[in-house]
Amino acid sequence: MNTKNEKKRFLEIGGVQTVIASLICIILGLLVGYIVLLCINPAGAWDAMTSILKNFLYFPRPEVALEYFGSTLAKTAPLLMCTLSILFAYKVGLFNIGASGQYAVGAGLALYLALAYQMPWYVCMIAAMIGGGLLGGIAGILKAYLNVNEVIAGIMLNWISLYSVNMLLTNVKESSTTYTMALKTNSPDALIPSLGLDKLFSDNRYVTIAIPLAVIIAILVWVVMSKTKLGYELKATGLNKNAAKYAGMKEKRNMILTMAIAGCLAGLGAAFLYLSGIEQWSCAQTAVPAMGFNGIAAAFLGGLNPIGSIFSAFFIQHITSGGSYVDKMVYCAQISDLISAIIIYFCGFVLFFKYCMNRKAKK
Amino acid sequence: MGEYAVEMLHITKRFPGIVANDDITLQLKKGEIHALLGENGAGKSTLMSVLFGLYQAEEGEIRKDGKKVEIKNPNDANALGIGMVHQHFKLVECFSVLDNIILGAEPVQGGFLKKDEARKKVMELSNRYHLQIDPDAKVENITVGMQQRTEILKMLYRDNEILIFDEPTAVLTVQEIEELMQIMKGLAKEGKSILFISHKLNEIMEVSDHCTVLRKGKYVGTVETKDTTPEKLSAMMVGRNVSFKVEKKPAEPGDVVLDVKDMTVAGQNKKDAVQDVSFQVRKGEIVCITGIDGNGQTELVYGLSGLEPLKSGSIHMNGKDITKASVRERSTSGMSHIPEDRHKHGLVLDYSLEDNLVLQRYFEPQFTSKAGLMKRKEIREYSDRLIEEYDIRSGQGSSTIVRSMSGGNQQKAIIAREIDKNPDLLIAVQPTRGVDIGAIESIHRQLIEQRDAGKAVLLVSLELDEVMDVPDRILVMYEGRLVGEFKPDEVTVEELGLYMTGAKKQEV
Repeated sequence: MNTKNEKKRFLEIGGVQTVIASLICIILGLLVGYIVLLCINPAGAWDAMTSILKNFLYFPRPEVALEYFGSTLAKTAPLLMCTLSILFAYKVGLFNIGASGQYAVGAGLALYLALAYQMPWYVCMIAAMIGGGLLGGIAGILKAYLNVNEVIAGIMLNWISLYSVNMLLTNVKESSTTYTMALKTNSPDALIPSLGLDKLFSDNRYVTIAIPLAVIIAILVWVVMSKTKLGYELKATGLNKNAAKYAGMKEKRNMILTMAIAGCLAGLGAAFLYLSGIEQWSCAQTAVPAMGFNGIAAAFLGGLNPIGSIFSAFFIQHITSGGSYVDKMVYCAQISDLISAIIIYFCGFVLFFKYCMNRKAKK
Repeated sequence: MGEYAVEMLHITKRFPGIVANDDITLQLKKGEIHALLGENGAGKSTLMSVLFGLYQAEEGEIRKDGKKVEIKNPNDANALGIGMVHQHFKLVECFSVLDNIILGAEPVQGGFLKKDEARKKVMELSNRYHLQIDPDAKVENITVGMQQRTEILKMLYRDNEILIFDEPTAVLTVQEIEELMQIMKGLAKEGKSILFISHKLNEIMEVSDHCTVLRKGKYVGTVETKDTTPEKLSAMMVGRNVSFKVEKKPAEPGDVVLDVKDMTVAGQNKKDAVQDVSFQVRKGEIVCITGIDGNGQTELVYGLSGLEPLKSGSIHMNGKDITKASVRERSTSGMSHIPEDRHKHGLVLDYSLEDNLVLQRYFEPQFTSKAGLMKRKEIREYSDRLIEEYDIRSGQGSSTIVRSMSGGNQQKAIIAREIDKNPDLLIAVQPTRGVDIGAIESIHRQLIEQRDAGKAVLLVSLELDEVMDVPDRILVMYEGRLVGEFKPDEVTVEELGLYMTGAKKQEV
């Protein structure tokens, strides 16, 4: 009887619930993904699934695996920033679906300053932050003063930013391809320094200080949300904006500020990716960057906790990267995206499972 | 077949940190009106939720017509003929009255609504029980009284035999309450069994046959109403004798604290909600603004507290012009505001009690460091002190989530917060709404203590007892204007009623 009670109480702790719910989501996602693979071609399903899960471990030689582990981390940093962007807004009762657009603007400004004006990395980074912040701020202003739903405004702004950035970056693209010029040859100062971190990952030069920086920012977001006056005000505004107004908080300013900070985070995320040199922007892309949307799943998978986000962002980047190792002889090229999408989709169900657990605990 | 329609025997229901119902027994006879009396947090709502299938009791059993039944959800309750009118109506605002009544129990044939049949049945019920409704009016356009009649018809339409009324008079006008009492008596005469939850003693005395009293989750007793008095009932409910008459010394008004001149505030529609209102509140007096709900009192307070801008006119506090001051500036320069709607404005329900207790002062240096970090230790100490001093009861003290607290204790928290700010002007809007007798007494005492301590108190209230007992001056508001000013001992309730309904007017 006593142990049963304790067990029940253990299940009622918020953090424990989140971890369990997150694990259930991951397992369900993997299971459904596996079933889909079985339906398409049963022969390669197991291999495909293990290569997605193995990701960099796909390479038998440890130093190669380590190098690719570094690349996954390099891409986790920007995803973590997008996750924090979504999470920050969500805590204040706003849904920042515009993270993708803010991310695109961040990428655009960072790369343009780097390639057109040879600016150093920190200037590019700050510009990316400001650009993302301004775009987020626009959605915030529309919401605060004209009561335009931030989701609608965000989606519209996503497309506006994507094509504006495509247009801007066409000026600095390689003449023979649709990609922007490589930073390494054209603007080496714009590359984020590694400070020796690359040595730890078999000289993977994409491993930069962006990775520890992203973790530090996650911790900072946690501190701001749970320890500061600003966090107290912002959460109060999100939970009950009438009470916030009654308590003399500037609820409109808080909304705009929230969206601007969320935008800064997403914009900075783009700088983390593109200024590491791991990818170049394709000026012909017709879809907004997936980072912003994967951030939604990562935010929920991480239980809407900034520290949890560090792990969830890594997991989602892990399977996204792992998807590229699926045998293309057995499955068509799109399969990797499809399977990661299914898993990511299930990651969004954390709150649902938490709700179910709570209901059970109550009875 | 026993004589009881419903019996709840030895019901026990626990929540984390609290026993909401502790071995409670309630037996409802066929065709009677049975009142359930208790303070806020006494366990009335929990008990009814158990009967209605929203909660499962840990111990005890429920019997219907002498047979043991299991009620796992509201559908089970419905199937057993148990219906409930909730305190906050559950109607679809943009649907017609008729649509709301049949919602969920629509007569259909081959997928098509048979509305004519439904209408016939509803109108028959309406005539039989004298429940006047306009079946085609949209719910958003009808009075609160008619909304309630719609809720009652909803239960009757489903052939419910046991009707639960959860504090049905809280939202009604005096006339509507009288009407409801007649309706309830009529329903009982027709053989329906009624459970009537209330903490208004005069209503219980008027309509009920039996009264069961709960206190702090425990069963106190069941009495025959005709053998008891309001004084005895309130003593059972509170556990001590309660004075109904508010004791106070004559007021000694001092300097003017609040000076309002020609204040006009825009309304929802084209018409201004407050028109050219002027009045003063002095140190050491309680001024009460009263009137029928919706005559501009809400907007008047919004204008005073800075939640809405003024269209014209001016507000001075302690001689300083605060017409254009922000909510925060007004608050820090000595205005406290106990808001009308505690859930909408007064509290962040999902915040802890301590975070709510510092809602008006969290930015002060004693609670926030220069670096912008919240001083959690100081906040906890402050909150613990207020909880102790103002007797705020909750499951887990300072860290209780306010949403889980009872309405009366939520209100106590707001009052503690606003009074402890040590304001020059205390604006208290409906401070005793939905609060039980014991708490009402203490709230009235606190208002008078504030007055005696030399504060200016502006009370806005619809409760006539409160209007007659507490203030030193009464201002009546009708259609956005002040239409009368009285001293409480120089006016009768009937006279006030005439001003409140616009039948009489003075130049103020």
